[in-house]
Amino acid sequence: MIVDKSLSSRIFNLINTTLLTLIALITVLPFIHVIGSSFATGAEIAEKSFLIFPTKFTLSAYKYIFSTGTVMKAIFVSIFVTVVGTLWSMFLSTLTAYGLSRKDLVGRRYIMFFIIFTMLFNGGIIPTFVVVQKTGLLDSLAALIIPVSINVFNMIILKTFFQNLPAGLEESAKIDGAGDFGILFRIVIPCSLPAIATISLFYGVTYWNTYMHAILYLSDAAKWPVQVLLRQIVVLATGIAYDSAEYSDVPPPSQSVKMAVIVVATIPILLVYPFLQKHFAKGALLGSIKE
Amino acid sequence: MEMNSIQVPLTKAEIKERKRSESQKKRSELRKNIAKNKMIYLMIAPGLLYLFIYKYIPMFGMIIAFQDYKPYLGIAGSEWVGLEHFKRLFTSSDFWMILKNTLVLFALQILIYFPIPIILSLMLNELRKEYYKKTIQTMIYLPHFMSWVVVVSISYVLLTLDGGIINGLLKNFGLKEINFLLDSSWFRPMYILQIIWREAGWGTIIFLAAIASVDPQLYEAAKMDGANRFRQMWHITLPAIKSVIIILLILKIGDVLELGFEHVYLLLNSTNRHVAEIFDTYVYVAGLRQGQFSYATAVGLFKGVVGLILVVFANWLAKKNGEEGIY
Repeated sequence: MIVDKSLSSRIFNLINTTLLTLIALITVLPFIHVIGSSFATGAEIAEKSFLIFPTKFTLSAYKYIFSTGTVMKAIFVSIFVTVVGTLWSMFLSTLTAYGLSRKDLVGRRYIMFFIIFTMLFNGGIIPTFVVVQKTGLLDSLAALIIPVSINVFNMIILKTFFQNLPAGLEESAKIDGAGDFGILFRIVIPCSLPAIATISLFYGVTYWNTYMHAILYLSDAAKWPVQVLLRQIVVLATGIAYDSAEYSDVPPPSQSVKMAVIVVATIPILLVYPFLQKHFAKGALLGSIKE
Repeated sequence: MEMNSIQVPLTKAEIKERKRSESQKKRSELRKNIAKNKMIYLMIAPGLLYLFIYKYIPMFGMIIAFQDYKPYLGIAGSEWVGLEHFKRLFTSSDFWMILKNTLVLFALQILIYFPIPIILSLMLNELRKEYYKKTIQTMIYLPHFMSWVVVVSISYVLLTLDGGIINGLLKNFGLKEINFLLDSSWFRPMYILQIIWREAGWGTIIFLAAIASVDPQLYEAAKMDGANRFRQMWHITLPAIKSVIIILLILKIGDVLELGFEHVYLLLNSTNRHVAEIFDTYVYVAGLRQGQFSYATAVGLFKGVVGLILVVFANWLAKKNGEEGIY
């Protein structure tokens, strides 16, 4: 595009850039404020309304939350669910996606309809709960993983990626005598690492953020992941509770402790985000390409 | 062709025989293909089994909406009650409250949220410096990866009367403090602002991709004709992404009743229930908290069927208007 240097165009650029900068700042500042405050003393939070760099840097909020068994336990639960869940989901999704990417499969269209229909209609909370109950998962961490083994959207992204690999790759492997599993594990997966990494990160983020399934299927507080605990600490401790039975006996935590728990519940995302960011736009677009 | 020249009518037995051999041929082909692709079927079997157990069995399980389901009796042993639960739902005052809340939140999403990613993409597209565009995108995509609990928690620590910065600022400017969290009139603004904060940036991805595929020559031609930047946006960029906008609008309409259980549940409390309760939260409380499995399933079934009808309708509407539709 030729650069337009007219005055009106320059004014347009100036206003546009300023507005977008403001929007971007509004988006990240609340979170930066939370991070900053989590390292500040209670007195400083009370005194200043907005904080990015605390003058008196302190780790006391973190020391406090890590000294309590509940938070540590919840972190371990979340890590466990994230690692095991991601591996499990990737295993199932990759197998299914590769199978469906093979054009010589008879009945592929019907199978795809069977899969896509689950995106349009579902049994709803109660019948799903009954199935989870009948399959013996209630109150086990498996309830956070097994009922959501495959995210159809993620699986279709993978399938599209596999379909777009050059056909010659598989054919030459076949001539060399490789079986279908051999082709998948030795050729297709190593050639699709960017896609596999992106989808793994998508799954990882979902598992780390898991909340609804925990409140549906886990009544044992010792198995709560970080997100459920975060609600207990921040949302319920503000003095409003939908269900009074969920109140805990501990005194309401201070602002800096709440901030620190929010940070802890977000840290893994902040850690993977730079890696995720490289790929996700492409990944998300691949998924929107129709068959 | 050969058959016509012979002109001998086939007897019923012969027709049957022919059909049989044809279907036999088909079946043996299928068998051959299955044998050839044994391993492929083996690969997709676990995935399909998962979908069958955790997606399809619950769909069949919805028949408990027509029963007086007792967990210890199971579906086979529970008593049938016909449409009783639906009658109860439609005659309860809760129903109209929930329906109204659902429609209001949906309208907020369509009227306020939906256009924002489109406007943002148009603005981002006008940025000339690539690194600057990337930086802004990185910042506005970020909240999408935070859970609803984190989003709601951040709002809580910012908005609380107990040292939240928003009320701190209000006080500094000599204004009255507002109890955002307990005042039910703040529920809807909070709901939609949180959605905008979390999703608007992420929502630009698809529009930006559509914009990227516009032929640059069109802009050159428009410039020659004296079109300024706004006119270029209006006459070239927007029409170019029209079909993407329509597809996303259809998807959104199909999602009328999917307002986000987690999000609403987190904001819901006894003071704002009359504006915040939606179908999903109602199903959760009635079903799992109060143990009315059948009644809650009836509510869920109503919601699911209306949702499905809306997707199909929206898709039909799009196709009728010459757009592609989603299936």
